[in-house]
Amino acid sequence: MGKVAIIGVGQSKFVRNYPGSIRELAFEGFKEAITDAGITAKDIDASILCSAPEYDKQRSPAAVVAEYLGLNPQPTFYVESLCSSSSMGLKMAYAMVASGVHDAVAVIGLQKMSEISSAESQERMGRGADIQWESPFGTMMPAYYAMHAQAHMDKYGTTLEDLAAIRVKASTYGQINDRAVFRKAITQDMFADPKNRMSDPVSSPLRVGDCCANADGTSCLIVVSEERAKSLCKKPVWILGVGAASASVNLAGRDRLHGLKAAEQAAQQAYAMAGVGPKDIDVAEVHDCFTIAEILAYEALGFAEPGGAKELIRGKETYKEGSIPVNVDGGLLSKGHPIGATGGSQVRSIVLQLRGEAGDIQVKDPQIGLVHNIGGVGIYGNVTILGNE
Amino acid sequence: MSEKKEDVRFEKFGTVSFTRTTRVNNFIDHLENDKVMYTHCKTCGAKFFPPRADCAGCLSSDMEWCEVSGTGKLVSYSQLQYAPVGFEADVPYSIALLDYGEYQVFGRLTGDLDLADVKIGMPMTTVVNELSNGQLNFIFKKA
Ligand SMILES: [Zn+2]
Repeated sequence: MGKVAIIGVGQSKFVRNYPGSIRELAFEGFKEAITDAGITAKDIDASILCSAPEYDKQRSPAAVVAEYLGLNPQPTFYVESLCSSSSMGLKMAYAMVASGVHDAVAVIGLQKMSEISSAESQERMGRGADIQWESPFGTMMPAYYAMHAQAHMDKYGTTLEDLAAIRVKASTYGQINDRAVFRKAITQDMFADPKNRMSDPVSSPLRVGDCCANADGTSCLIVVSEERAKSLCKKPVWILGVGAASASVNLAGRDRLHGLKAAEQAAQQAYAMAGVGPKDIDVAEVHDCFTIAEILAYEALGFAEPGGAKELIRGKETYKEGSIPVNVDGGLLSKGHPIGATGGSQVRSIVLQLRGEAGDIQVKDPQIGLVHNIGGVGIYGNVTILGNE
Repeated sequence: MSEKKEDVRFEKFGTVSFTRTTRVNNFIDHLENDKVMYTHCKTCGAKFFPPRADCAGCLSSDMEWCEVSGTGKLVSYSQLQYAPVGFEADVPYSIALLDYGEYQVFGRLTGDLDLADVKIGMPMTTVVNELSNGQLNFIFKKA
């Protein structure tokens, strides 16, 4: 199989209520990505739309998006794996290009979470799990991650201050990311102040400050063959490893709650495929939908031993100047989390880092980067490794 | 010709049920008889909670019902301060996972527990519970 590269990246601002339709939203990221790649829609052989359908009013949204972006008559596909949809879309694009079926594929991540009313959204929230056996108990995403936080704190001594420290780091970088929805500073004092909204309990032990915000947004990645990459692009970023795994939806089918096995399995696959290990990663984006999720990610990816994640954040090792910078674009906690667009946005951040085009958040001379993107509460694990060579 | 009436017993499960029909809806009859049951594959011996009608291991659908009995160990829990639509009257409530060794059970902690007394690893039992709206579920009590 030939090598596969990413030659264009784009994303919209992530915002609270996007004042346009989903096709118009998709245009924003797509325009930036093909402009970045120096190509036109005619150069794209196929498109993959990645979103979580419970928010789409449009049935079969890939079709209207492809039409609006000038991507007819090329084939278009629709991929869904909840919050990791666009990482899954990237893996499928990789497979299509590596196999020679297509030479240039646009991976479009999209979510307009405000497409439905907040009452409709509330109603859907209860169905984000095993609807037959879990949802009748009144489950919600924060509660599942909270159970993981409780288990991790109990087993390894991770503290509420460690969780808050993850949010403080995210806000450090969110403040300087003009694409982020949340741009205010957050301090440990806010979590300690019972009158501050950040300390309000959501689902024990998680507080408002431990949770990311909903947002509307889009991302786009242009994925091409080695031959196209070399003829079109001065600085292609190569896809070195794509790992993906799934796990039981119902927590009753999980063998641990102090970690996400699907993430660990995806990481092992991606490292093996890329021929690298955790020590080789220069910069990473991980799925911090909740603060505890970033803690779990450090351990799943081997940046820390099991239980060692708290030491990484206490030592500020995951800050921009640290030994393994993580989410120095503000992460989901600051950028916001437009479900289907999130993975593509993470990949975009790593591509810009590897090209040396990350501006204020540029890590020093990175050669290999990693993206960890989770769908549901560890139902889908996706890990992608990218490099300059 | 009379149409066969749809068997929607499972609508009685939980504060709000999202499932109308299932081939394991005898689970509800057992709840009504004050028993929480799992399924046991008679062909290969696998035990399933939540109950399954079919075994993915041996492809058999020959199942028998067995009671969730004895104690399980609390794996983790969380108390919710917000709830999805339809569950508002239940707030606050705690969801939890119990490990019975051969299978695990996802449900709720009994509402009269002081969370200060709840410790991961503690033994608990699973019991049938009638909700204020007449629906049935099961909850975990201190053993
Ligand atoms: Zn069997």
